Order: sequence, then C-alpha cells, then structure tokens
Amino acid sequence: MHPLNLIRVALRALQRNKLRAFLTMLGIIIGVAAVIAMVAIGQGSKQSIHEQLSSMGSNMITVQPASNNMGMPGGVRLGASSLQTLTIADVKALQRKSEFLSAVSPVSSTNGQAINGARNWPTQLQGAAPEYFDIRKLTLRDGIIFSDQNVAEAAKVCILGQTVVNNLFDPGVNPIGKIIRFGKIPFTVIGILNVKGVSSFGQDQDDVIIAPYTTVQKRILATIYFQSIYASSTSEATSDTATKEITDILRTSHRLRSDEDDDFSIRTMQELLNTLNSTSQLLTVLLTAIAGISLVIGGIGIMNIMYVSVTERTKEIGLRMSIGARGIDILMQFLIEAIVISVTGGFIGIGLGIVSSILITALLSWPTLISESSIVLSFLVCAVTGVFFGYYPALKASRLDPIEALRYE
Amino acid sequence: MSNAILSIQNIRREFHMGTEVVRALKGVSFDVFPGEFVTIMGSSGSGKTTLLNTLGCLDKPTDGTYLLDGVNVGSLSRNDLARLRNRKIGFVFQAYNLLPRTSALENVELPLFYNSAITATQRRERAVKALESVKLGDRLDHLPNQLSGGQQQRVAIARALVNEPVMILADEATGNLDTRTSYEIMALLQELNQQQGKTIVFVTHEPDIAAFSSRTVMLRDGKVQKDYKNENVRSAREALAALPVSDDY
Repeated sequence: MHPLNLIRVALRALQRNKLRAFLTMLGIIIGVAAVIAMVAIGQGSKQSIHEQLSSMGSNMITVQPASNNMGMPGGVRLGASSLQTLTIADVKALQRKSEFLSAVSPVSSTNGQAINGARNWPTQLQGAAPEYFDIRKLTLRDGIIFSDQNVAEAAKVCILGQTVVNNLFDPGVNPIGKIIRFGKIPFTVIGILNVKGVSSFGQDQDDVIIAPYTTVQKRILATIYFQSIYASSTSEATSDTATKEITDILRTSHRLRSDEDDDFSIRTMQELLNTLNSTSQLLTVLLTAIAGISLVIGGIGIMNIMYVSVTERTKEIGLRMSIGARGIDILMQFLIEAIVISVTGGFIGIGLGIVSSILITALLSWPTLISESSIVLSFLVCAVTGVFFGYYPALKASRLDPIEALRYE
Repeated sequence: MSNAILSIQNIRREFHMGTEVVRALKGVSFDVFPGEFVTIMGSSGSGKTTLLNTLGCLDKPTDGTYLLDGVNVGSLSRNDLARLRNRKIGFVFQAYNLLPRTSALENVELPLFYNSAITATQRRERAVKALESVKLGDRLDHLPNQLSGGQQQRVAIARALVNEPVMILADEATGNLDTRTSYEIMALLQELNQQQGKTIVFVTHEPDIAAFSSRTVMLRDGKVQKDYKNENVRSAREALAALPVSDDY
C-alpha cells in the first residue's frame, strides 16, 4: 500500500472516532505539557540564579584571611593573626604580578551608625578602592566615584546606597554634597549607587556606605589589615587559573613554607554558581522525572486503547484482509494510527506546555525558560512512545486470521 | 477446460480439533467457466463455508489443487494470497461488512487502497462507476446507517466490482434481507452476470435463490452430491414483478 494512502486510511479511522482519539491523546498531551512546563521552571530558576550572580559579578573572587582548616582543634595559627593576614602589600603584589586578574580591591568594613542631623541609621561602611565598583558591578545613579587621589589622601568622601539615602534624607533632597557622619567622622556624599535590590541570599545590597579603604582603615578602624580582598578574573573561564595564581602570589607574599597551609581562603563566584546550579539541576531532574512518568502513563493509555480498538475492529480487519490487505498493511495502519495519536498529542502538548509556562510566569511570577531541547526531546519521546506502545497491538491485528476475524461478533 | 476461471481438483480440508480430526472437505472437484452464475448449495455442516473460504483464497486446502485464473493457489504465501484476493475476487458478505461512519463512496474505494497501481483519481472514478452500476449513483456520500439493508448490500456489491475481479464470491448475500429485497439483489446479480458477463459464485442454502443461477453444485458431507446446469433460469426481475405489492406502510 502506498505510504500516503496508509496515512489517509489511518487518519480516516481516527476521524471515525474523534472523541476516543482525543481522550487517548490526553495522556500524551498532559505528559508533554508537564515535561515542557517543568523543564521551563527548572531552566528559568537556573537562569535567574545565574543572572543574579552575574549582577553581583560572576568573575568575582574574594580572598579572606584565615586558613581553610581554621576549625581544626590544636591548630597553631589560630590566634589573633587568623583574621589579620591581608595587607596592602598583598594587594600591591596581586596588582603587580597577576596575569589573570583584571581588577583588585581591598575591602575593610565595619558596622556602625550613620547620622544626618536628627536622623540616624545602622549600616555597614565598606572601605574599598575605586576598582571595587567594577568588581562588584556597582554603578552610580548620581555623582562620581572617589578617585585614587582620594584614596591616597584618605579623603572623607563616601558613596551611599539607596537604603541609606532613604533613611537619612527627606524625599526630594539631593544628598550629593551633603555631609553625614559615620561614628564621629564626617563624610561628604559624592555619589549614590543604583538600586541593586535584595540578593538571592536575602541581603539588602543597597544598605551600604562605600568610602576609600584608607579612610576606613586609618580614621575609623586604626588597622593595617583588611577583612578581604576582592578581585575580578579576566573572564568566567579564567576564574580557576586566577584562583591558583592568587594562591601562589599570596603564599610568596606571606612567606609560607611548602608544608604550611594557606593562611587565607579564596572563594569564587563560579563555585557558588556551580553549587546553586547543581541544586537547580537536581530540581529540574526530579520535576522532569515526574513529568516523564506521566508521559509513559500516557503511552500505556495509547497501548490500552489500541488493544481495545483492535478487538473492537476485528471485523473491519477481517474485511480489509479479505479485500486484499496484507498483514503489513494492517500493521502499518494501526501503527500509524498510534503514531498520529501520539504525535498530534505531542504537538498539542507542546502548545499547552508553552502556554502554561507563560501562565506560570504571569500568575505566580516564577521565572520560566522554555528550552528548545525539551521541546525536541519530548516530541521525540512522543513519536517513540507511539511506535513502542502502538507496535504490539498493531502486530496482534496483523496476525489475525481473516476467516475468524470476519466471523467475529 | 483450460479456459476455466476456477478449477479445483480433489480438494480436501482437514481441521484438528484437539485430538479429533474433522474432515470438512473430502475431495471436491469442479470447474467454473467465465460468465457462469454458480450457486453452491448445502445444509449446514456440508462443508460449504470451508469451500467458500478456500475459493476465496482465505484458506488453503490440505490437499488437492486449486487454480484461480491460472494461478495455483496452494503454492502462494500469505501476502500473495492477499494480493490475489485484491485483484481477482470480489467478496459479498451476508452481513454487508461495510465500515461504519464511512461514506458509501469510501467503502467502495477501500479495495483500491490496497492496489498501489491505482491513483487517487482513478480510485474515485472507478468507485463512482461501480456505485452507478448498482444504481446508487445518487447515494455516494450516504453513511451505511443512512441506507437500507438492500442498499447496503448494493454498496457491498459495488465494492466487490470496483477492482474488476474475475469472480464475485457471495456468501449468503441475501441471508439478511426480506424476500423482495433478496429478489432485487438477485436481479442485480443476474444483470451483472448476463449483461456484463461477470462470473458469480453464490453460496446459499435457499433453493429459492439457486433457481436464479445457471448452475448449482450441491454439497453434502464434504462431497459434491449433485452438479447440474439449470435449464430454465428464473428471472429475478419477473419474480420481483410477481410479488404482491407491499402494503406495509
């Protein structure tokens, strides 16, 4: 039989029983829609995590004092020095020697009360170099970033986060040029940060005051040590190389013997990204597995209905055989019916999956990302399901004895 | 002899029912020539259904030879048998066996779907022509449940004609119909036989019907009991005219 005729015959057979064909499809429709929506949710959350981390600077590397085995009982280097290992010499060494770092900035921070006239607000003062704004991807809404000159002079200038502005100034007042106090030290406001919002860890990124690190070190903390060093690798890909480089430079700078542990620890954004990715990956796999099960159940539904259909249409099969249908013609007819059901169901399911992903974003404001691969994959699974679950009933039909099939009541 | 459409020689067919062997046909021989209208008669258990299945290439004999249009059926595979049924035989069944929810035209087109030499246009043309020849040219799009029993059987006959078979094989084709409609169907078959020269083999157990054919083969216990030419064939059209006018309405 001509392939085109086969498809026509199968379509006509399905048309004769539209409702049943649709109900059979329903399992596949729901299965495919579920797979697509679930993968979209998984991919969406993954992407939104990635975006948030990128907004914090996905190339960012932080160096903190203390060794990785700080918690080990009896460790010799657990003293006062454990928090005081990073100095300006380290920063200079990194700036001078590294090849894979695009920017380096020390950070020295302290918590305290910011005061403007009768208003005050508890916040964090971060002392940093101008490069810090590049590393953290901080941009200004208004004003300017302090200069290297300001750093050298330990100038009493600062840049405010929006939360601090809101709490220290009346609405409508331009804080630029105004003087606020942090503790006892007066600072001139020279810039205001763009709003970054709450980070994925629940931290208000706008509740901060940034000043030159020299000012914070000398005028407030009276220390030569830093709490951390922030750096940017030249790209996301060189993050690991840059980490090794930092380790080498700092070990040399700290004159550590090869048998001594590092007295600093390095965290990269990539590590964090990987951890979060693997979590959302797990979520995606779980959701997809559940959706996949419903797809299999849909397939079993097809098999069930095809079996019923073969039994119910035994007489039709007998007739077709008596007027010249070969076993293979009958096999193909029923197989194509099953494939048409599953593929049509697949198409409708893809549509439904896309619509429900959009609805999920619109109504629940969950981020979703519809990936082409999930569409292609679930569609292939559909076609395979049709063949797999349609084959056995079709084989049964093709092996009927025409004489008995004709006489079947 | 060589121009026989159908020639069976000493056909035997045995069935194994558990340990018992049932011998349905015990050596049946006869020939059918082009243009003949043969009825095969016999009571139930005489082996006529088995013979019909064999003649229809649905079943192969245990022993003996069957030549259909010069082809030895006994040596064919399942697929070759299907092809033979498609090209050389037109079946008409007692229960019509039309596909439900499918128009008369599509039902008639059905055998041509299994003949890859026929294009879609030819298929439609031939189906329309076949339906016109059974006087249903105005019912092409009717579904089986919108047709009377007689009309359904005429659709089935059109389906049997559409592949231009060498032989129409009818199995109790009037069994489900009342007398008047039976006579109408017989009149149609007679017309196809006499005017278009179609060869018809008609299996029945009604002597009444056998009277319309040109020859009768009587089966009894798996053997041919009688095989005779019908010297004065009854005209179904006249018989139909002779029936009292229906006053059912």
